[in-house]
Amino acid sequence: MTRDLIVQFLAQGAQMFLVLLLAPLAVGVTRRVKARLTRRQGAPLIQGYLDIAKLLRKESVLAESASWLFRTAPYLIFALTWVAAALVPSFASGLMFNWAADVVALVALLGAARALLALAGMDVGTSFGGIGSSREMMIATLAEPAMMLIVLTLAIAAGTTRLAGVADHFIAEPLAVRVSLALSLGALVIVALAENARIPVDNPVTHLELTMVHEAMVLEYSGRHLALIEAASMLKLTLYLSLLICLFAPFGMAPASAGLVGWTVGLVAWTAKLLLGAALLGVWEVSIAKMRVFRLPDFVGVAFVFAFIAILLAYLSGGDIG
Amino acid sequence: MKIAYEISHLLAGIMLVASFALLYQQRVGAVINAFAAQSITLALAVAWAAWSEHRPDLFITAAIAFGLKGVVIPLALRRTVERLGIHREVEKVVGVGVALVVGLALIGLSQALVVKVTQRTMGLGRDELALALAIVLLGFLMMIVRRNAVTQVVGFMSMENGLILAATGARGMPLVVEVSVAFSVLIALFVFAVFVFRIRERFDTIDIEALDRMRGDRR
Repeated sequence: MTRDLIVQFLAQGAQMFLVLLLAPLAVGVTRRVKARLTRRQGAPLIQGYLDIAKLLRKESVLAESASWLFRTAPYLIFALTWVAAALVPSFASGLMFNWAADVVALVALLGAARALLALAGMDVGTSFGGIGSSREMMIATLAEPAMMLIVLTLAIAAGTTRLAGVADHFIAEPLAVRVSLALSLGALVIVALAENARIPVDNPVTHLELTMVHEAMVLEYSGRHLALIEAASMLKLTLYLSLLICLFAPFGMAPASAGLVGWTVGLVAWTAKLLLGAALLGVWEVSIAKMRVFRLPDFVGVAFVFAFIAILLAYLSGGDIG
Repeated sequence: MKIAYEISHLLAGIMLVASFALLYQQRVGAVINAFAAQSITLALAVAWAAWSEHRPDLFITAAIAFGLKGVVIPLALRRTVERLGIHREVEKVVGVGVALVVGLALIGLSQALVVKVTQRTMGLGRDELALALAIVLLGFLMMIVRRNAVTQVVGFMSMENGLILAATGARGMPLVVEVSVAFSVLIALFVFAVFVFRIRERFDTIDIEALDRMRGDRR
């Protein structure tokens, strides 16, 4: 009994460190695919790790007007995002803390991290930080309702908002085509793009001051603070990829009672799907141009529309999602 | 049975999304593309119904939908747009956001109506009827929120797409009616096209607000 508990505990711990370890690799894959598709050599796949290691060694420079909020925010943002990323089931659905991995809780954790980041962006008092924060909040006010509607659609389908429960439900169900789930998938992809500041919404590689959103907020950070912020945004990307995998392609995930073999299979499947998702993101980013900031409400609004149609259809079919 | 229903439902759902794309797109060319996509999806949906329910006459409907509304009409509209030189024109009564919200309300309305009217008697066909009704209403909305005559034509055609979908789902429309509707739509296109050119000759624009002014209506 005790031994069982320890194994479960270790598995949960392994998942926590797994997302942390793989997050920079996923970003590296995306960047590499983008580079190769534009006929550049591209940075090595491990560049993400190297960047963070370098930033951790560097001295952190603080603005004179920075308050305690500015200094503590990176740690809190990193911690909140890490907890959220570790909660999303990756290789197995029945881990020790799966009862805590509720989608609503996930949205709340990410919302708290976002609020802190926006506050930190405004703290120093530069105009860019303020612009970035206000734009981030504009995007968030559209993306979060869409996210909640997606959650509700899935809750109607699976009868629970627990991620592990939803994944178990879809593994057990026979493979089927469902309109409301397809629409939720589309909506969740758009929300994920918006939340991770990926291309049609924000360009993650430029510091072109008029268009940046995420980079504008973190412009004043340096050294270990910047390392934490970067790590948090990498974790967030992994989180959303993992969420998409868990909700819409959970095959291969080990069920609650699986042992070491099941976990290994789940781990291989999850890693492959994660890296494939990161590569697809790279292909997507080179094939589309960034939108004007004032078009963004329309784009993210599409996610809301999709999610809304999905929930109407799900409601009409009364539980049996049609 | 189950999978047949799911695929037809999926195709109807794609058509609904295409209706929203019509409302969302800004440029005339993109609107025509979205309309062509919707018509081709309609053709697929009808062909799927013909195949899965063994009703070969529906294949003709599908062919008409594909040939006329998927290929001919979009090409004709495209040529009209080229000759008028209005690729990038954006003339709307309300913004995209408002149009999308009203569109959502219309979907809700059609769902509520269908549920109320059918009282859970129709089984699987009910969802499809609700979707078709929503597509018809969104076509109406498209005609209301756009002031450009070409996009109004597209709204009208998209409404007709919804009608065909409803007829397919409800096992109703006989082939003769079907063919005559298809041709009347084609004739409508010609009439519209002539009108669009006449309107432009007379008013130097195809913004239909010019017609209001001519009638003496004041905004």
